[in-house]
Amino acid sequence: MRALVDWIDARYPLTKTWNEHLAEYYAPKNFNFWYYFGSLAVLVLVIQFVSGIFLTMFYKPDAQLAFASVEYIMRDVEWGWFIRYMHTTGASAFFIVVYLHMFRALMYGSYKRPRELIWIIGVAIYLVLMAEAFAGYMLPWGQMSYWGAQVIVNLFATIPVVGGDLVTWIRGDFLISDATLNRFFALHVVALPLVLVMLVFVHIVALHAVGSNNPDGVEIKKFTGSNGHPADGIPFHPYYTVKDLFGFGVFLILFFAVVFFAPEAGGYFIEKANFQMADPMVTPELIHPVWYFGTFYTVLRAVPDPFLGVLLMFGAVLILFFLPWIDRNPIKSWRYRSTIHKFNIVFFGLTFVVLGYLGLKPVEPFYAELGLRLTAVYLLFFFVLWFHSQPRSSLFSWLSFLVLVGGYTYWDYLRLEAGVDQTLLVAMWFIPTVYLVICLLLPLYTQLNEEKPVPARVTS
Amino acid sequence: MKKTIALVFMMVCAAPVAALAAGPAKPLDRANIDMTDTASLQRGAEYFFQYCIGCHSIQFKRYNRMGNDLGLSDDQLRERFIHTRDQSGDQTGVGELIKIAMKPDDAEEWFGQPAPDLSLTARLRGTDWIYTTLRSFYLDDSRPMGVNNAIFEAMSMPHVLWELQGWQANVGEEGHIKLEKVAEGKLTTEEYNEVVRDITNFLAYVADPVKVERHELGKWVLLFLAFFTFVAYLLKKEYWRDVH
Repeated sequence: MRALVDWIDARYPLTKTWNEHLAEYYAPKNFNFWYYFGSLAVLVLVIQFVSGIFLTMFYKPDAQLAFASVEYIMRDVEWGWFIRYMHTTGASAFFIVVYLHMFRALMYGSYKRPRELIWIIGVAIYLVLMAEAFAGYMLPWGQMSYWGAQVIVNLFATIPVVGGDLVTWIRGDFLISDATLNRFFALHVVALPLVLVMLVFVHIVALHAVGSNNPDGVEIKKFTGSNGHPADGIPFHPYYTVKDLFGFGVFLILFFAVVFFAPEAGGYFIEKANFQMADPMVTPELIHPVWYFGTFYTVLRAVPDPFLGVLLMFGAVLILFFLPWIDRNPIKSWRYRSTIHKFNIVFFGLTFVVLGYLGLKPVEPFYAELGLRLTAVYLLFFFVLWFHSQPRSSLFSWLSFLVLVGGYTYWDYLRLEAGVDQTLLVAMWFIPTVYLVICLLLPLYTQLNEEKPVPARVTS
Repeated sequence: MKKTIALVFMMVCAAPVAALAAGPAKPLDRANIDMTDTASLQRGAEYFFQYCIGCHSIQFKRYNRMGNDLGLSDDQLRERFIHTRDQSGDQTGVGELIKIAMKPDDAEEWFGQPAPDLSLTARLRGTDWIYTTLRSFYLDDSRPMGVNNAIFEAMSMPHVLWELQGWQANVGEEGHIKLEKVAEGKLTTEEYNEVVRDITNFLAYVADPVKVERHELGKWVLLFLAFFTFVAYLLKKEYWRDVH
């Protein structure tokens, strides 16, 4: 065995790689619950790859055959139902895990110097994941696959001048059709997974170059022990491999509980309308994207002008790229940041979830108004994050507050003239306004904005 | 810390729960089916192949898969369930998919549109919907078939089971639907409900044939994973002793 490893090491850096990334990669010893989601994302990626490969063996990317081939997998292929449910559950699990992984980064400032590039690559992974999920969602060729694709692809039609031609180019036809299905299949099983895996690889290489952040947000590399390694670090293997193994166990219990007992997850993981084959002649009552796109779908619908809505929707995703330069506060972890900052992060998480829920609802006045106000909160969050980069004077605080509130209040005034329900508008006006009062004005009059001293070393 | 975990979990869970609260506009009766009840599934299959198969295919289902799952032999299938012939004029084979002989063009002429395939209806619309719809036909002269449906308005389907149920009429005020029996059928209301329940059960099975097996298997998988997780926990604890 030793001889074999030596033989390989002379020709390939096997032991070196093993040591750099596992046996001698020193990770902070104080990782908590939130640090499971990175390795869980890798686990889900593997599940999706393996189940996806088997599905590709039986699936037929043909508008005439696709729907029936999925049912063939569900009924006639040995264990086909198991493979497919793993893949459908895996798609949703991927987003749950990734959202929690990203929220962790928000809490502990993992996007801050020197980890900006890890964050940027991460957001790129998220973008590719969305494209991958969107392409994959079309393949079963159910009603919601078809009409969801119809709506999303048509977003590009709102782009001035080139929009119409662009959409035709994307679809490869004048409507969503066999040609579209074929190219989405190619994207879903070859192009995007390839990009995804490469980005994940780069994400991990970048992480291992600078080292992991931790719940205290302190750099463990600053204090080296007698052995020359970080005093607060422990080798990833075996400590975190066994810990993650336990995390895998808990995750798989939840995952397979869904696969075996509730694969449709109440119509969220597999939507009811997709039990009906795509029919270009019949529009479903309510068209909405899958749950994990709900947030951005609400942002899209919040603005009456389609092109503006599309810009806003893409903006809501792309702004994440700039997070390291928006939040300039030197303290990484929210443990040592102010109460108001903690409120800001939690409220943002809540806003994201409620926006997601609204994305699946029909456009009714109440939902629409709430969606609009929470979209404002979603965007204001990034301003508030920047605002708290350093202590602000009362003049600047009041000025920011009045300009922002004045801005949307003026717009509300125009909407009132256009005949929007007054009670609803006034009631919902308080959502972003109270949010801004808390985040911009409370620091002036309370102790809630006090930050705590950051310890030199990890605390547990 | 625990509070934040709880908070995030609530955020993740809140959306589905809130959505479950919203139901359909018209209340549906509970089907209360039992997919482990093979006798009920067999009866449901009998009714289905007697009353429904003329117009409705279940084209993603195979005869012999149904036979295996419901305890019916190939001979029983050929004798009582396979009513169609293949292109050479022989009886359709037991390994074939359950299709119908009615041509879509004919169906469109007779009923306005071809009857939908019912392979996945129980998952598309739910079992309660099937159970309630089949019991909600009422006389309506304005419809081509002379009947309307309280759940599926302007349904183009005739009341195929009228012989069993009898006839109902709408005695509700303008704009409201209230059904009352005006002519007796062969069965009492309770007996008829049982028949519809069997059909619903059969369609639930057709839509998700592996469900019972899946639940049975799932218990063992989760049991194994619980054991695995427990061992992993002990292993983690052992390794981490020198860290803490």
